[in-house]
Amino acid sequence: MSDMQKLYLLVPLAPLAGAIAAGLGGWALSRRAVHCITILGMLVCVAASVLVYQDVMLGHHFNGALYTWMVSGNTRFEIGFLIDPLSATMMIVVSFVSLMVHIYTIGYMADDPGYKRFFSYISLFTFAMLMLVMSNNFLQLFFGWEAVGLVSYLLIGFWYTRPTAIYANLKAFLVNRVGDFGFLLGIALVLMYFGTLDYATVFGNAASLSANTIELIPGVAWSLMTVICILLFIGAMGKSAQFPLHVWLPDSMEGPTPISALIHAATMVTAGIFMVARMSPLFELSDTALTFVMLIGAITAFFMALIATVQYDIKRVVAYSTLSQLGYMTMALGASAYSAAIFHLFTHAFFKAVLFLGAGSVIIAMHHEQDMRKMGGLAKYMPITYLTMLIGALANAGLPPFAGFFSKDTIIEALHASPLAGAGIAHVLAVAGVLVGGFYSFRLIFYTFHGKERFADPDHPDVKACEAERAHDNHHADGHDAHDDHHQDSHAHKPHESPFVVWFPLIMLAIPSVCAGWIIGNFVFGDHFGNAITVAQSHPAIATLRHEFHGVVPMVTHAITTLPFWLALAGAAAAFYIYILQPTLPAVLRAKWGRVVTVLMDKYGFDRFNDWFFAGGARKLGAGLWQGGDVTVIDGLIVNGSAKVVGWLSTVIRKLQSGYIYNYAFAMIFGIVLLLSLTLWSLAS
Amino acid sequence: MYSLPLLSLAIWVPIGFGVLVLATGSDRNAHMARVLALIGAVLGLLVTLPLYMGFSPALGGFQYVQKLEWIETLNVNYHLGIDGISLLLILLNSFTTVIVVVAGWEIIQKRVAQYMASFLILSGLMNGVFCALDALLFYVFFESTLIPMFIIIGIWGGARRVYASMKFFLYTLLGSLLSLVALIYLYFASNGSFSLLDFYDTPLTLTAQVLIFFAFFMAFAVKVPMWPVHTWLPDAHVEAPTGGSVVLAAIMLKLGGYGFLRLSLPIVPDASHALAGFMIFLSLVAVVYIGLVALVQTDMKKLIAYSSISHMGFVTLGLFIFNAQGMEGAVIQMISHGFISGALFLCVGVLYDRMHTRAIGDYGGVVNTMPVFAAFFMLFAMANAGLPGTSGFVGEFTVILGAMQSNFWFAFLAATTLIFGAAYTLWMYKRVIFGAVANRHVAELKDINLREFMVLGVLAVAVLVMGVWPDPVAEVMHTAVGDILAHVSNSKLPE
Repeated sequence: MSDMQKLYLLVPLAPLAGAIAAGLGGWALSRRAVHCITILGMLVCVAASVLVYQDVMLGHHFNGALYTWMVSGNTRFEIGFLIDPLSATMMIVVSFVSLMVHIYTIGYMADDPGYKRFFSYISLFTFAMLMLVMSNNFLQLFFGWEAVGLVSYLLIGFWYTRPTAIYANLKAFLVNRVGDFGFLLGIALVLMYFGTLDYATVFGNAASLSANTIELIPGVAWSLMTVICILLFIGAMGKSAQFPLHVWLPDSMEGPTPISALIHAATMVTAGIFMVARMSPLFELSDTALTFVMLIGAITAFFMALIATVQYDIKRVVAYSTLSQLGYMTMALGASAYSAAIFHLFTHAFFKAVLFLGAGSVIIAMHHEQDMRKMGGLAKYMPITYLTMLIGALANAGLPPFAGFFSKDTIIEALHASPLAGAGIAHVLAVAGVLVGGFYSFRLIFYTFHGKERFADPDHPDVKACEAERAHDNHHADGHDAHDDHHQDSHAHKPHESPFVVWFPLIMLAIPSVCAGWIIGNFVFGDHFGNAITVAQSHPAIATLRHEFHGVVPMVTHAITTLPFWLALAGAAAAFYIYILQPTLPAVLRAKWGRVVTVLMDKYGFDRFNDWFFAGGARKLGAGLWQGGDVTVIDGLIVNGSAKVVGWLSTVIRKLQSGYIYNYAFAMIFGIVLLLSLTLWSLAS
Repeated sequence: MYSLPLLSLAIWVPIGFGVLVLATGSDRNAHMARVLALIGAVLGLLVTLPLYMGFSPALGGFQYVQKLEWIETLNVNYHLGIDGISLLLILLNSFTTVIVVVAGWEIIQKRVAQYMASFLILSGLMNGVFCALDALLFYVFFESTLIPMFIIIGIWGGARRVYASMKFFLYTLLGSLLSLVALIYLYFASNGSFSLLDFYDTPLTLTAQVLIFFAFFMAFAVKVPMWPVHTWLPDAHVEAPTGGSVVLAAIMLKLGGYGFLRLSLPIVPDASHALAGFMIFLSLVAVVYIGLVALVQTDMKKLIAYSSISHMGFVTLGLFIFNAQGMEGAVIQMISHGFISGALFLCVGVLYDRMHTRAIGDYGGVVNTMPVFAAFFMLFAMANAGLPGTSGFVGEFTVILGAMQSNFWFAFLAATTLIFGAAYTLWMYKRVIFGAVANRHVAELKDINLREFMVLGVLAVAVLVMGVWPDPVAEVMHTAVGDILAHVSNSKLPE
C-alpha cells in the first residue's frame, strides 16, 4: 500500500475512530475529551482530504479494491476507493463542513445530556458519507447510502422523548427506504446485465448495452438504460428529497440544528445529486431518464420554494429552501450539466450551512424558540450572526457576486440551452423560482433581524397569533417546548451574540459563501472533473455555455441585464416592502389569499395523503390479512377445523366401542368374512 | 484431525451432557446443573471449531465422513458427513446453544436441570440432522427434535402453552409423516438403500418425483414455515420461554430450509423445476403478506415471529430460483437470521423478565431507563430491517440479486421487504423504546446486567462482523452450492 493509499484510508477512518471512541468509550471520557477526540479526528480528515485533493489535481487518480467483501456466484463484491476529481471535491466539502459543525456543536449542544452521543453520531455520519463518495462500486455506494440514512434517523430522533421527533425520524427512514427500494432494483439490474458492480467496468461497457431493451410487462419493450437510470434516480429522489419523496426533509428539522446543517443541507441530501453525476455515463444514454430527472427537479425547485414563503419556523424556511435548491441541482443533472449541479452542490453546502447554523445561533439566543413571529430586530444584538446569515441569504437568492449566483445562473442557462423535451418548462419554473427564492430568503432576514423586537412584546399581534396557534395545536407545541423548559424566562434578558465556537464556524462558512463561486471557470467550464463526468455530444448545454463564458466579471455584468437577477431583486424588494415598510401587510395578505396560504401550509396535502393512504392503508391491509387470512381461514377453518373434524369422528368411532361382547363378536365375524372373500376373489382372478 | 469422529462428538457431546445434567435431578442441585450445562454447551461448541479449521472449501462432496452399520437387515447406516452448508449450520447451532444456556442462567428457577438438559439434547439432535447422510437416520433426528421442543414449550411456556405446544407438535409431526412414506418409497426405488447419496442417483418418473416433492414439502414447508402452513409459529413463539424462542427461530426453522436443499432439490430435481413457480409464489406471499401482517401485531414476540416467517421467505425464494447467488443468499440468510432473530427474542426476553408483558402498548420510553439495552436493540432492529453493514443485509441483498436474474418482478416483490421490514421493526422500536417514560413500571426498569450484556454483545459482534465481511461464511459453501446446483440441473427422468 503506497503512502497515498494510506492517506485515502485515513480520510474515512479518522472520523470513524472518533465515533467509536466517543460512542463506546464515552462513558469513561469527559465531555471535553469527547469533543477534543472527535474534532482531532476531523482535523486529520480535513488535512488528509486536502492533500488528496491536491494530489488528484496533479492528475493522480486511483481506482482499487480495499478488500473482498464477498464472492457469490461469479461475482466478486469489493470494498474499494475511486479517487478522482469528483470524489476529491466531495471529500473536501464533506470533511470541511463536518469539521465546522463539530466545532459549532460544542456551543450549541453545551447543555444537552446527550452531548457525547451527539459527537459520536456526527463523526459516524462523516465516516459513512465519506465511504459513500469515495466508493468505486455500487455495493459500497449502497452501504454508505443506507448508513448515512441510519445516522440521519438517529439524529432526527436525537431528542427521543419528543413525539414529533420520533415520528419524523421513522418517517424519514421509511420514505428513504421507498427510494432505496428503487435504488436496489436498479443495482440488481446493473449486476444482471453488466455482471459486476464495479463502476469502471460498468461505465466502460455501458455504451455497448445502450440498445438493449427489457420487457417488464410482456410485449412492452423499454430501453434498458432508461429503466436502470430511473430506478437509480428513485433512490436519489429519496435521499435528495425530490418530489414526491420530499416529505421527510421538512420534518427532519426536529433534529438538533447542527445536523440540519450538516446532514439535511450540506452533505447527505446531496448524495443523490452526487450519485447521478457519478452515473453520468449511464444517464447520458437515456434521454427519457434525463427528461424525467429534469422535470422532477423543476417541480421540486419551484413548488417547494413556494411553501418556504409561508413558514414561520425559521428552520423550516431554510428546510424548504434546501428542497428548492436541491431541485435546482436535479434540474441541472437532467440538462446534462453535471458539473453545474456539483458546483451548485458545492456552493450550496457553504451558504446553506451558514443559514442553518445561523438559524441555530438565533435559536440559542432566543432560548430554543424557533418561531420567527417571536423574533425581529435581532441584528443589533447579534451582528456576526446577522452578517453571516445575510451573506447566506444573498447567496441563496442567487445575487452576484455571491457564490450561489454563479451556480444557480449556470443552471438556468444550461436549462435554456438543453435541447431535451421538458427543458422549456423546467427553465420557466427555474426562473420563476428565483423570484420566490429572493422573497423567502429576505423574508427570513427582515422578519428575524429587522423590524420590531417582538420577542420582548407579548402583546404583539404576531406573537399572539403564534401563541393562539400553539394552544390550538397541542401536537405542535409539544415539539417546541419539550426540549427546553427554561424557555419561559427567556424574556427576562436581552438576546446576545453566541459564543466563539458558534460564530467562528459561521465566519468560516460565510467566506466561501461569498467567494466559492469565483472558481466557476475551471470548475464548471474547465477540465476540473476530467473524465469523472461524461457528457454525450447530443447534450450540448455545458458546451454551449462554455463558449459564452468569458470570465467571472463579464458573467456578473452580463447577469445584471438578465431577467433572473431582476427577479431575485424583486423578490427581495417585495420582502422589504411587506415585512419592513408595511408590517401589517402579511396578515392582510394571508386573509386575502387564504385559500392559497392554506394549501401551502398544508404542504399540498402530501402528508395527509401519505398518512391516510400508505400508512393507514398498509395497516388496514395488514389487519385484514391477519384477521381474515391467518386467524379466520387458516387457523379457524383449516387448522382448528381439522382438529374439530377429528374430534367429531372420534366421537362417532367411540360409539362403536360399546363394551358388549356380542358387538365385538359380530364385528369379528364380519371382518373375517370380508377378508376371506377378498382373498378368494383375488386368488380366483 | 480426521482421526477423531468430530461429527459424532458434535452430536453426542451435547446429548451426553444433557443426560448428565438430567442426572443432577431436583432444583436443589440447580447450580450444578447450570454449570454442567454450560460446560457441555461450551465443549459442544469447541468440538465443532476444528470442523471449520480443517474444512477444505474447495473439495466437493462430503467431508468428515463416518459410516457404521446400524440396522443391517434394512441396510440402514449411521452415516455422517458434512459439506460447507451443513458446517455453517452446525456452527450456528452449537454457538446458539451456549447463548441459550447463558441466557437462561438465573431466569429459569423451576426444573433447571430438565430445562438445560432439553436444550443440550435438542442441540445434539439438530446437529444430527445437519450431519446425517442416511435417510432414516435423518428422519429419526428430524422427528426426535420435536420432543425436547415440545417439552420446552409445554413446561416452561406461557399461559396458553398447552395449546401452543400441541399445535406445534401436531402440525410438524403430521407434516413429516408423509416424508417417511417418501423415504420408504425411495428405499425401494434405489434397490434397498437409505443412503442420500444413492437417492441422488436414483432415476424417478416425473409423477413419482412430484409425489415425493409434496411429501417432503409437507415436512419442510411446515418447519420453515412457509405460508400458508405457518400459523403454528406465532403461537409457539409467544408461549415458548425466551430460550425456546431463540432456538426455534435461530435453528429449528433452518431444518426446513436445510431439508429442501439436502433432500428435495437433489433427489427430485425435475419436480423441483416443475414446481419452482409454486414455491416462489409461496415465498413471495410470505415476504409481502406476512410483512403486512407483522405490521399490525401488538405483541412483540408475535411481531418478531411474523418477521421470521417473512425473512424465511427469502430462504425458500433463494433456493428455488436455481442460481448460485440465490442459493448462497438463502444459506447466508439462514445463518444471519439465526443471529438476528435469536438476538431479538433475547431482547424481548430481557424486557419480559422485568415487566412480565410482551404487549407493545405496555411499553414506551424504555431508552430513558435502559440506554445500553436500547442501543443493542437498535442494532438488532436495524439488522432485522436489513441495514447494510449488518448480516441482515447480506442474505437479502444476494437473494434479490439472484431473483433479478430470474425475473424482474420476483426481485421487485422481494425488495418490498426493504420497506415493510423497516416499517414493522422500527415502528415497534419507536413505540417500545422511544418517547417519554410511559408508566411507572418503565420508570423502575434496570438496565441490562453483565450476563445480558455479554450475551447481546457476542451476538452484536457476530451480526456486525458478518455484515462487514461475509466472505468467510460465503467461502466455505461455494462448492456445496455448486454441487447442489449441479444435481438440480441434471434431469433424473428415466431414459
